[in-house]
Amino acid sequence: MAEEQRVILEYADKIDPKKADDYIKVGGYKGLEKARSMDRKALIDEVKKSGLRGRGGAGFNAGMKWSFVPIKDEDRYVVCNFDEGEPGTYKDRIICEKNAQALLEGMAICGAAIASKQGYIYCRGEYPFVVKMLREAIKSAKDSGALGDFDIEVRMGAGAYVCGEETALIESIEGHRGEPRFKPPFPGVAGLWAQPTVVNNVETFACLPYIMTNGADWFAGIGAAKYPGTKVLTLTGDVENATYFEVPTNYMLRDVVYKLGGGVKGGKKFKAVQVGGTSGAFIPEQNLDTQIDFDSMSAIGAALGSGAVFVMDETRDIVDIVTRISKFFEHESCGKCNPCREGTWRCREIMEKINAGKASQKDIDNLMLLSRVMKNAALCGLGQAAPIPIDSTLEHFGYEYSRKIV
Amino acid sequence: MSNYTDIIASCQGKKGGIIEAFHAIQEQYNYIPEEALKEAAKHFGIPEAQAYGVATFYSYLSVEKRGRYIIRMCESAPCHVAGADELLKEMESILGIKVGETTADGKFTLELTECIGQCQATPVITINSEPHFDVNKAKLAEILASCK
Ligand SMILES: Cc1cc2nc3c(=O)[nH]c(=O)nc-3n(C[C@H](O)[C@H](O)[C@H](O)COP(=O)(O)O)c2cc1C
Ligand code: FES
Repeated sequence: MAEEQRVILEYADKIDPKKADDYIKVGGYKGLEKARSMDRKALIDEVKKSGLRGRGGAGFNAGMKWSFVPIKDEDRYVVCNFDEGEPGTYKDRIICEKNAQALLEGMAICGAAIASKQGYIYCRGEYPFVVKMLREAIKSAKDSGALGDFDIEVRMGAGAYVCGEETALIESIEGHRGEPRFKPPFPGVAGLWAQPTVVNNVETFACLPYIMTNGADWFAGIGAAKYPGTKVLTLTGDVENATYFEVPTNYMLRDVVYKLGGGVKGGKKFKAVQVGGTSGAFIPEQNLDTQIDFDSMSAIGAALGSGAVFVMDETRDIVDIVTRISKFFEHESCGKCNPCREGTWRCREIMEKINAGKASQKDIDNLMLLSRVMKNAALCGLGQAAPIPIDSTLEHFGYEYSRKIV
Repeated sequence: MSNYTDIIASCQGKKGGIIEAFHAIQEQYNYIPEEALKEAAKHFGIPEAQAYGVATFYSYLSVEKRGRYIIRMCESAPCHVAGADELLKEMESILGIKVGETTADGKFTLELTECIGQCQATPVITINSEPHFDVNKAKLAEILASCK
């Protein structure tokens, strides 16, 4: 199996994402109609049964998340995480640029499940042209009547990676600094303006119309049993075909690089691939025969994350790249918690020392200790994941470090 | 040029809309002037210090005056391996400024950014938010020349 399987992107470039009518002609908004005809509990059960898990990185069962939302007098919100800050990732942009209406329909389906009438899309500030397009798409969907009384507002981020963390994102929509909150309470109970809120990724929402129209069993039958469906991947770095693909989740990582990716650029040899963006682990050649689904990637100490696939050829200097990555985390740390604020700073300092050929084994030992502290003590996923590129390269590419050590 | 009171007022109905207001102000002025920041704080009913805290948290927002063309160079890993460093050096030498600075004529400001989600065509720069793809030295000269 080396073919793409397009579900979300089936009509890419064949329909105008801004126009609800285009989408309706290819079967759009039928899923929402069905969702609205169902009892709320039955709807959530259907989504649970499909096995759909979050596409934003944490892999949580979507229907399960919705089922935690208490239905009382207060307002509830549906929030779409379109912060897409993980370097090497642009799949949510592609989904919007090719099939924005599916995202809107998915959010409205979630609205039906948790009895919410208001949705927000939090789009990163780097995509002002997508924001514009989404606003037109929403207007078209509203005018066509397809969304009914469900409203969607687009809010723009302003260049902060940490705002992809769901509680920081909520803070940002509220007009504050994007610093993560302490959990619990989780957003499902007290989220936006302290009201129950579901936060899901763009791709998670965009799967829902297809689950509703084709049925939970159909979706559950695609790809890996425990993380079913398709996944949109973005290939970057030293591959021939640096572009996006939609594949079933039981697709093999080796095929991503060699079949879809067309292999390493310029006929060079493969050195490493980093999956899931900059916070992902570096994967060596011997682990390429792994399925890309969430659990298979976890089993090799890596993560599917956002679905970014960054390929490095034999000439790449791993220590130099990890040094660059450590600067990313230092820059993006919000500074709220000490382990992350100081830790990312020290990681960058030590990595630069190693990269400059001025470090000793003692520095590496300190780095490993620091990594343990950050993984255990940082408040949010940013500080917890920041040392992963360091740890995984020390494990699989230790010789690259040894040769720079004095 | 509309004044900032109007710009801010147009966002006032939005709950938590101060970041939207900042975006709108920046669209006009390329940065957030101190007076505008004070005005926004008043409109949204928060202390100036808090409004300042918000404006300075986000890398896309600036409280310092900037040039008419804001050039941002992506330095995330995929762009890094595609030669972002050399391109940055080239840019610094053509413009005669370092990262974070503005040319004396107030035309260009040079900034670094992390991934801007256009990694299909690395290295990438943006000029006033518009992305330019697969940038090399020759292309860079062309792009800069097109900024009037
Ligand atoms: C530092 C950090 C950055 C994140 N960035 C994103 C992001 O850009 N997009 C996203 O969907 N989720 C991101 N997440 C995950 C969200 O916190 C959250 O788990 C997700 O939006 C839930 O949606 P899902 O269940 O549909 O995946 C990030 C998490 C952390 C800790
Ligand atoms: S890494 Fe430069 S645009 Fe994504």
